[in-house]
Amino acid sequence: MAHLNTARTLTLEAFADTIIPGEKRFDDDVAIAGAAPGPGAVAAGAMELLQTPATGVTAGLEHLADALNGHAQAYATELGITLRQPVPPFVELSFADRTALVQRLLTPGHPEKEGWVLLALFSNMAYDSAAHMHTTDAIAAGHPGLLAMGFSKPDVDGLWRFREHSYGRPLARRHPDTTPSGSPA
Amino acid sequence: MIESTDVLVIGSGFGGAITAYHLAAGGANVVVLERGPWLAGADFEHDYLLGSSYTRVFDFVAGDGMSVLSGNCVGGGSVVYFAALPRAPRFVFERQGSIGRRMWPASISRETLDPWYDRVSESLQVEQQTWDDVSYAGGLWAAACDHAGRTANPVPVGIDRAKCTNCNWMMAGCRFDAKRSLLFNYLPAALSHGAQIRPLHEVQRISRTDTGYRVHYNLVDEEDYRIHHGGGEIDAAIVVLAAGAGATPVILQRSAEQLGPMPDAVGRYFSGNGERLNTAVVNEQRVREVLGLSRGDGLAYEANQIGKGPMVANWDRLDGSLPEYSRFSLEQLYFPPGLGTILAQAADATGPTWFGVDKKEMLARWKSWLIIFQMTEDDNEGVFGPPPPTGNAYRISQQMLGRGSLRYDPTPNTLRGWAEADAEVKDILERDGLAKVTPWTNDVVGAYTVHPLASCRIGDDPKTSALDDRHELRGHPGIFVTDGSAVPGALTVNPALTISALAERAIPGIVAAARERGVNVEYDGTLPVSSTKTGALS
Repeated sequence: MAHLNTARTLTLEAFADTIIPGEKRFDDDVAIAGAAPGPGAVAAGAMELLQTPATGVTAGLEHLADALNGHAQAYATELGITLRQPVPPFVELSFADRTALVQRLLTPGHPEKEGWVLLALFSNMAYDSAAHMHTTDAIAAGHPGLLAMGFSKPDVDGLWRFREHSYGRPLARRHPDTTPSGSPA
Repeated sequence: MIESTDVLVIGSGFGGAITAYHLAAGGANVVVLERGPWLAGADFEHDYLLGSSYTRVFDFVAGDGMSVLSGNCVGGGSVVYFAALPRAPRFVFERQGSIGRRMWPASISRETLDPWYDRVSESLQVEQQTWDDVSYAGGLWAAACDHAGRTANPVPVGIDRAKCTNCNWMMAGCRFDAKRSLLFNYLPAALSHGAQIRPLHEVQRISRTDTGYRVHYNLVDEEDYRIHHGGGEIDAAIVVLAAGAGATPVILQRSAEQLGPMPDAVGRYFSGNGERLNTAVVNEQRVREVLGLSRGDGLAYEANQIGKGPMVANWDRLDGSLPEYSRFSLEQLYFPPGLGTILAQAADATGPTWFGVDKKEMLARWKSWLIIFQMTEDDNEGVFGPPPPTGNAYRISQQMLGRGSLRYDPTPNTLRGWAEADAEVKDILERDGLAKVTPWTNDVVGAYTVHPLASCRIGDDPKTSALDDRHELRGHPGIFVTDGSAVPGALTVNPALTISALAERAIPGIVAAARERGVNVEYDGTLPVSSTKTGALS
């Protein structure tokens, strides 16, 4: 796993928390804004996934964190927001301002959009598919994203099978022009 | 000394496997180069971990305005697809698109293609599903269509229904040998006739020799596809390109320096099959009250995760009397988390729609999602830019994710088709409070297709088609293209059976061209004996 300093880690956590927001991990958690109940992307493992070299984004994380703070500083200046805390500029922004800034960066036409899309994509995937873990391990560990979505448990051999799968009755009329092979005419 | 063979096939999906089988069965020496790995049976994992079969066999190439999903393994798209195998409706073959004349060659219509459809349907063992096979999600879509006065059909599939567990892991390859991919029919049959299949061989370009063509490939690392381990060349009398509509034109673009100018239509007229997706979040109570659906365990639906890809389609708008761009099919479909969730938009969001607080709430109702896949008529507006140094993309991740050169700026015609399809889905699913429906956003990775087509298409007009109606590349005799790139335009239905039928139809012409070049090969039209064992393949 690549090493990031604390400021950059906080910055990227705050970004992931903007994509799938969650509750604070501890009282003075500055990275997570606490904008939504339950665990979010950070608790789901966004930093673990982003620091997995197989993603292809790991080598660029330092640059992305620094660039994000640069954008946050410019955003604060533009909106007359004074940044005073000893935390990175993006982390100091409110959740609403983080969201507004991230929306700008992800807007079609933004010159850096592709980098921010990748960061958003993997932040999301940490939550909704736990791509840094074997899915069976994630389920067994109560991975918060898969749990919240209601992803079902596999059979004991780690494979999914759904014996009950059908309402088992005709539910619509067939199209009148269906051919004997079952295709459109 | 450079290796040589009679026929070199690039890619092992539908277009490559069908060609490799017939040429090998007819007596030709055939080598198939496949850029992806060779997996089968127990190799197919139920796992979203990066590096599992899901990311090894699947490719996601983001372009400018269009992202393309495709197979990346021996068996190509047939390994990762959802095995829906309808024939294209009659009117599709009469389409003009934006070129002011029939896009398809005069020699091809539904009537003339039907015998070839029959053949591939036999080889791939296409079956009609019963209502007992239809998943809860398909049943819900059918019931909603019926409630709205529409019809709905269980779609024909290439699935052994007795083996299917409705696990919905089809995109990672079928663990239960239920999906009748090419690993069970054309490919083992090709091997039994002596064809060689070489995985992790990514063809970069083609050059000319005194007697035929030379194909240049790189050897791809089996784990990190960004790494190549040298490469090589093979000479062949006949080259069949079947690398997929996202890769075939790129190989030809890169070959132009040595082969000479390519037809204008190479890398143009790309179609995303007019595809678009909608996500409905279902109101469970209304499903019970309005549609009378019950799973018998106290639940009305909550079954997004259960099933096998597309089950049921609405074909009411496949009406040839409607104007072009107003015709489409609407198919219930499952997309797994990750690729199937990121672009879904929260209805009535106060902030951002595809991420943030509202999206998280939408994800909490994932079990009640119903995804509807729209296949409309687009305008063939995709154009490939200059090729990347290798392959068809700058690879970002070790597997799966890359950045390609495709540019797609939807025309008003395409946008109109999408809007009409969106409105139809909304009318059906929001009726009587059944669900809230939103389209997937195109703001993140552009539009999104799992059925890339037409980037090197057949036709009668040399200005707007790269191939003649025998699938031979104009100006480059002995090079044939038999994959989805040869299909002239959007089909309004899943294209695998049409791609396969066209490949079957192209075989006699390829055999004749091979014979002209001194290859000892016959065409007898025998179909592969279906195999239920993958042992021969691994």
